Amino acid sequence: MLKLNKSDTLLFIIVAAMVLLAPFILNPFPQGSSLAQMFNAGYPDLMQRFVIFGILVIGFNILFGLTGYLSFGHAAFLGIGSYSAVWMFKLLSMNVIPALILSMIVAGIFSLAIGYVSLRRSGIYFSILTLAFAQMSYNLAYSVLGNPSSNYNLTNGETGLQVYSNDPQYFASSGAPDTPHLFGMAMSDSSKLDIGSWQFTFNNGYYMSGILMLVAFYISIRIFRSPFGMMLRAVKSNQQRMNYTGLNTKPYTLAAFVISGMYAGLAGGLLSSMDPLAGAERMHWTASGEIVIMAILGGVGTLIGPIVGAGFNEYFKNILSKINDGILHQWLSFLPDGLENFIVGILHYFVGKGWHLTLGLLFMMVIIFLPGGLVEGGQRLAKLFKRKKTEDGSDSNNTPAE
Amino acid sequence: MGILEVKNVGKRFGGLQALGDVNLSVAENSVHAIIGPNGAGKSTLLNCLVGKLIPDTGSVMFDGQSVLGRKPYEINQMGISRVFQTPEIFGDLSVLENMLIPCFAKRDGAFHLSAFKNMMADKGMVERAEHMLEEMNMAGKHAMNAAALSRGDKRRLEIGMCLSQEPRLLLLDEPTAGMARADTNNTIDLLKQISDERDITIAIIEHDMHVVFSLAERITVLAQGTPLVEDTPDNIKGHPKVREAYLGETQDAA
Amino acid sequence: MDQILLQILNGLDKGSAYALIALGLTLIFGTLGVVNFAHGALFMIGAFCAVTLQRILNISTITEDPTKTDFLGNPATIKTPIVETWFGPEVGASIIDWSVPLAIFFAIPIMAAVGIIMERGLIKHFYKRPHADQILVTFGLAIVLQEVIKAIYGANPIPTPAPEAFRGSFDFGTYIGFEANAIIYPYWRMVYFAFSAIIIAAVFAFLQFTTFGMVVRAGMADRETVGLLGINIDKRFTIMFAIAACVAGLAGVMYAPINSPNYHMGMDFLVLSFVVVVVGGMGSLPGAVLAGFMLGILEAFASMNQVKAIFPGIDQIIIYLVAIIIILTRPRGLMGRRGVMEE
Repeated sequence: MLKLNKSDTLLFIIVAAMVLLAPFILNPFPQGSSLAQMFNAGYPDLMQRFVIFGILVIGFNILFGLTGYLSFGHAAFLGIGSYSAVWMFKLLSMNVIPALILSMIVAGIFSLAIGYVSLRRSGIYFSILTLAFAQMSYNLAYSVLGNPSSNYNLTNGETGLQVYSNDPQYFASSGAPDTPHLFGMAMSDSSKLDIGSWQFTFNNGYYMSGILMLVAFYISIRIFRSPFGMMLRAVKSNQQRMNYTGLNTKPYTLAAFVISGMYAGLAGGLLSSMDPLAGAERMHWTASGEIVIMAILGGVGTLIGPIVGAGFNEYFKNILSKINDGILHQWLSFLPDGLENFIVGILHYFVGKGWHLTLGLLFMMVIIFLPGGLVEGGQRLAKLFKRKKTEDGSDSNNTPAE
Repeated sequence: MGILEVKNVGKRFGGLQALGDVNLSVAENSVHAIIGPNGAGKSTLLNCLVGKLIPDTGSVMFDGQSVLGRKPYEINQMGISRVFQTPEIFGDLSVLENMLIPCFAKRDGAFHLSAFKNMMADKGMVERAEHMLEEMNMAGKHAMNAAALSRGDKRRLEIGMCLSQEPRLLLLDEPTAGMARADTNNTIDLLKQISDERDITIAIIEHDMHVVFSLAERITVLAQGTPLVEDTPDNIKGHPKVREAYLGETQDAA
Repeated sequence: MDQILLQILNGLDKGSAYALIALGLTLIFGTLGVVNFAHGALFMIGAFCAVTLQRILNISTITEDPTKTDFLGNPATIKTPIVETWFGPEVGASIIDWSVPLAIFFAIPIMAAVGIIMERGLIKHFYKRPHADQILVTFGLAIVLQEVIKAIYGANPIPTPAPEAFRGSFDFGTYIGFEANAIIYPYWRMVYFAFSAIIIAAVFAFLQFTTFGMVVRAGMADRETVGLLGINIDKRFTIMFAIAACVAGLAGVMYAPINSPNYHMGMDFLVLSFVVVVVGGMGSLPGAVLAGFMLGILEAFASMNQVKAIFPGIDQIIIYLVAIIIILTRPRGLMGRRGVMEE
């Protein structure tokens, strides 16, 4: 089906089902219960971020996972996509289609230029070059290009680029909503379904982003299974042999860079489509670092890893930042008071505003103990169970490479 | 007129004259060995042939076309394949994929954006790769990670990868270095078979006299960056100049 | 002429900080072969050593003042720092006043300990892993360290003043024959530059004139051969890591009065310091110093209004622009050694 092999088809169907049913899956607890406040994630804003960052990391993985080139400046393309989309809203209309198309095109052009230069070096030098380009873009967006009094105010600086009522919007039709919409269907609109004490929210923006993520995911599977994808893995494995096998590595890596840049541009365009406000902080190098973190957490070079990584990162960021001392006390109330206060006192630093610390530690743990990310962790667990069942399972196929 | 014509090639590294004035002609469909003591300039010469180094003087013609100034991948696309001293293969990829890559490179050229084709559905390519693996006695190891192969298998895989490109000239850089005797003999047999069965020219750089004398039809002796003598193996064996410059140290090996 | 000199001086303080951080980075890279993304965090920890010492010195006993009442009618309180009780009010007050320079002695053991723990506890295990993994794990460590500092000290910058005697500016121009008020320069920046110069000289002297330094230099050139000589190079490298941590930490301590320490200052400096290292040449100590000062001064020149009028925004991107040009034209950097990080 879909020109995929059996296991890929199965994987795609599972992911598609999860994306389409996410409003149910992510809302397991009845509305208003304390567990729902903590663990339910089925609200539009968060679900949108799951799939949009999913797209971003799927694209990043095509570059880093396959070719091994670690870009530390990918957030630049996210930001460029965001700005392009908002400009389309300002100039044409609030319809998201031209916005998304332009954000991919502009990000593609930028990644072609930046990639062409950066890919002349590899290893750490490539990482530093991409980092330098991204920081340049960030600094420019914040200063010259963001100065409202200058002639080149493309980004509106600290305030962020947004749509004002006196913007031209040459193609705006009178009946259309004044928020981003898809042919009149506002991205922010949701329909709600009440079943018993459960409430499920179906948001237009989420479904549009979700379907685009499925398309992005499908394309990434096809790339992974194509001769082109194999060539990219060959780049990571042995560039010398590639050159002496009559293959020019440059266009391969550049194509991967541009594809992943366009994925990032699409993600940026979608972020703006959900909330038409684009700020320079999306291009800061810490944002690039977060993309790397998501990719690593999930599992670099695997198909599903990016989605797992993006989802995990966003979900735990959300939960951890919601936990406060009161909730900790509530959870630990079964302990003797002194111990309870002591443990809460320690955990205090890891939750709420301290979520960065927890995710940072988790990230380190994954790199140290699980270089293959959560996907590898899952595979190890699965293997453990299998071995218990069949004792003599020989798995010479999965011998890890040196 | 040989398939490979090296004329007056010189290469200098700082104060060191690595290659003096090398002239070499490799006849089509022959096996030509280049021998010489360590530091004679064998590797430098080889690197000049494949585009890794550009000589300071002279010309290198392959099949009537100059290779100078071309990138390694362009030279490979002209029909020169290279086997390295330590096998250079794609360690992270499966054995079958290792074999598929040169097949695609042969068919699709140096770059081909086939991002939407299913590789395994390309029956022609897969069959060709499987056939080559069979020929290299590696059937049944398709799914293995190439890094997990034994040394001898890695060497055979690399030679197979080069052959699957149907090169007109196969360059081998000490293909048996560091091998046990049995593996060395297997490699010699494999190379003999290749040279007998195919329209292919083989140029081999070797240290091991046993390998050289079992394979080569012509031998060039290189010493201090210049060719000392070029002749048939029998004549080389008895050549006084060669004995003096070189064979003394390897008599036991021969 | 005075404008040019002024910009050079303006570039010196940032340049000194870049040079010191880059020196440690390249020392670690040259000896251990590790790309340390957590090096900026060491700079930040150094700055917070100054903050911490200042706070410790300000620990006070609180007594009631019988002569005054506050507006609610309660007796007013007097805070007497303990150091003032111990050493008398005048000596105590000047100890507090001099807390930043004193923090140097406070920071050295702390930074050395942090460095040794980092190297033995984490980085040692990544020598044989790919550079990408080293970057990632040290990047993770940098996040963790900065979050720990944020948890303890909060997110706001903490003003950490220089000693009274070094606050304010002086007319540097008149000392070297310019008109009055042509070159006004803050005292502390002059101190910072002098301090950096001393540290840099000390590191070079240590590597040049001690046996220990000689072995380390040999190890930087060829690790395996030195290992074969039976010299325990690993232990020396651990010590080098501690020294690099101290250099970054001291750079941070003395920088505290220039920019109030905040938890993300390390990251801000790190990116630039990496650029400095690459421009100077990975593994080259003189290159790091040269590039540090060069880029600091270039940045100062690019900030001049005359320059900005011609190239708007150039001050924001000059360092990156230079780095990109250097990496592309001289991949080994200004003074890089052959064969470092080349594939």
